[in-house]
Amino acid sequence: MSLGRRSAAALVAATLLLGGCGGGGDGEPKAASGSGGKVTVEWWNIGTTEPLKSFLARMATEYQKQHPNVVIKNLPIENEAFKARMTTLNQSGKTPDLFTTWGGGVLKQQVDAGLVKDLSADAASWMGSFTPAALQPYQVDGKTYAIPADIGMVGFWYNKALFAKAGVTEPPATWSAYVDTVKKLKAAGITPIALAGKEKWPGHYYWAYLAMRIGGLAALQQAATDHDFTKPPFVEAGRRLKELADLDPFQKGFLGAAYNTPDGQAALVGNGKAAMELMGQWAPSVENEAGKGLGDDLGFFPFPAVEGGAGKVTDAFGGGGGYAVGTDAPAEALDFLKFISEAKNHRDVVASGAVLPVLKGAEDAVKDPNLATVARALSSASGFQLYLDQAYPPAVGQEVNDSVAELIAGKKTPEQVAQAITETAKSE
Amino acid sequence: MRAAQDTSRLAPPPGERRAPSPAATAAAGAAAPRPPRGHRLRGRLTIAAFLLPALLLFGLLVLAPILVAIYTSVFKWNGLRGLPDDFVGTANFERMFADEVFLGDLWRGAVLIVLSLVVQLPFALGVAMLLNQRMRGRAVYRMIFFAPYILSEVITGVLFSMILSPDGGLANLVLGTVGLESGWLSDPSTVMPSLFLVMTWKYFGFHMILYLTGRQGIPHEVTEAAQIDGAGSWQVFRYVTLPLLGPTIRISVFLSVIGAIQLFDLVWVLTGGGPAHSSETMAVTMFQFGFKRYQVGYANAISVVMFAVSLVFALVYQRYVMRRDTEGAITAMRSQR
Repeated sequence: MSLGRRSAAALVAATLLLGGCGGGGDGEPKAASGSGGKVTVEWWNIGTTEPLKSFLARMATEYQKQHPNVVIKNLPIENEAFKARMTTLNQSGKTPDLFTTWGGGVLKQQVDAGLVKDLSADAASWMGSFTPAALQPYQVDGKTYAIPADIGMVGFWYNKALFAKAGVTEPPATWSAYVDTVKKLKAAGITPIALAGKEKWPGHYYWAYLAMRIGGLAALQQAATDHDFTKPPFVEAGRRLKELADLDPFQKGFLGAAYNTPDGQAALVGNGKAAMELMGQWAPSVENEAGKGLGDDLGFFPFPAVEGGAGKVTDAFGGGGGYAVGTDAPAEALDFLKFISEAKNHRDVVASGAVLPVLKGAEDAVKDPNLATVARALSSASGFQLYLDQAYPPAVGQEVNDSVAELIAGKKTPEQVAQAITETAKSE
Repeated sequence: MRAAQDTSRLAPPPGERRAPSPAATAAAGAAAPRPPRGHRLRGRLTIAAFLLPALLLFGLLVLAPILVAIYTSVFKWNGLRGLPDDFVGTANFERMFADEVFLGDLWRGAVLIVLSLVVQLPFALGVAMLLNQRMRGRAVYRMIFFAPYILSEVITGVLFSMILSPDGGLANLVLGTVGLESGWLSDPSTVMPSLFLVMTWKYFGFHMILYLTGRQGIPHEVTEAAQIDGAGSWQVFRYVTLPLLGPTIRISVFLSVIGAIQLFDLVWVLTGGGPAHSSETMAVTMFQFGFKRYQVGYANAISVVMFAVSLVFALVYQRYVMRRDTEGAITAMRSQR
């Protein structure tokens, strides 16, 4: 069957017409912002757990009270879902007005795509109140693209009671002491370490910290530029991690375990079923949310030094969280960020234990003794490295996570891990 | 059932299917053997007007994305900044067929397909035959077995990740009493069977309902006649019911295979493809590269292969296996003329 030429042409014309209408509608929602009507600021964040969740909601309400013409659309989205949704939105060339960012490689890609506003000039008057370490992840080519809201570092969160039960009196300061501790815990019938194997990113902390302790910060920074991860520190990091994994220190079925589910990594530590986890500053609050929480039994110690390694035990590995502003966002978006970052509000959220201070001089607002330890460790840190899965381009970061997960599962050798990461880094 | 048969009799016999549309008939009735141009044009415009919305949606939502995916699959592209410009030719495809994970995806897909065809469908058929018997509470059983299909994949995934949790999950609590604990989804060697178990739980009810409706479409007289001729119940099933269920079985196999090729959500929620890629499917690999690594060009290359595999299977299967069931459909159109 064939349509007549004229009707076919009509069909095509109609298609184009309708298609054109669809395309024309795109810019429409933004047009409302500005004169007269209400300005809506869409705000994607990952504040799905308390106390951060209610703090963010309160900020939105208070700001709206002071600015009746502004509507803050507060959308807390779970971490992993957030990343997937953000990617989809970015690929259609859009961003929310305000959104959580961890800086590093992903932010750089968004900047390169012209999706994120350069805040260097607009926020210049108040940018100086943040600590340099907090701002660092969001700086690309000397410009700042996000406002920090949290900064922290990864370290071991441990159960003092379980350590005591296994006869460990001092948290280990060296890698060999750490391995000893794991053996003692195992001998006492205690699961030494909880690990969310399904999610991969918690596993990469071990490899990254080991590489940092062995090769020093310089090794990681150099790898970021020469894309060579086959150098000794990285292979050696894999070997040490394999030694640890060979002790079978993780909980039963850890390869399928998630992080914050009721049977996940945080809950195991929070319920006293595993002795420790290597996790960021948010660990206590997730342990309380997913499990019972350990209260005074919870302690923190930095990742131990590796004997003969170039890295210092005071070098911190971690990252923060901040908010970036979409290119097309209304001016109110940045104003709202300024409001959240005011000393009074920031001290409130710091005091709640949800985040660590990003403002200079807010350190004394930290109430929780464990978080205070982290804050002190951070402020006296001899160097700082952003999470590898954030610092490097997304493909490299994911390859680190994937390969290290396979190493821990016994499917890749330390050399293969180094090789796989190098290949990905070279192809980016 | 009776009613269904009567309406089917009302449908026009195959020969009349190619009868002209109502508008064209009206036009033909109005004048001489050959209708004037204006009328024919109006008829075609009517066809176009009715087709337009569907064509438009199909074009925008199905064809255009497929074409964009095929186009971008030969570029190195992170999905940002408009259309890609870094042309790499077939590099994405070469990389794919050298990648152990992707080759593993193909292997795991094949395993799932075979398991579905050999275990899941016969099981569904057996249950359907059982539930076709007159028995007390038949409707309740049918409903219970069909219920998992209605649940969303995500809910099923969350449910089973709790049941199969290696430490304190229901499955291990129950099986632990007889010493049959398993790592389920957390052990690379048991993850595929566990995944298949969940898939079967989720989808067998759908195939059961298909078979059940197919079985009920078989007139009672036919099986009765066979019984009168002295056929035992196995013989009735083997030589009467099964052949008459042919069309239903063929479509159920088709849906099952296509479903296995595209399996994503259940795997994503249950294991995320792990541990160590041991439950990854093509769709999961595609998602990993597209949404985690921002290598959208490569991810699109994977999706193109997935599409090609599905398309080739669908065409070949429709052409050679379902020929009699889909008369009038695209593959048989020419032979009918």
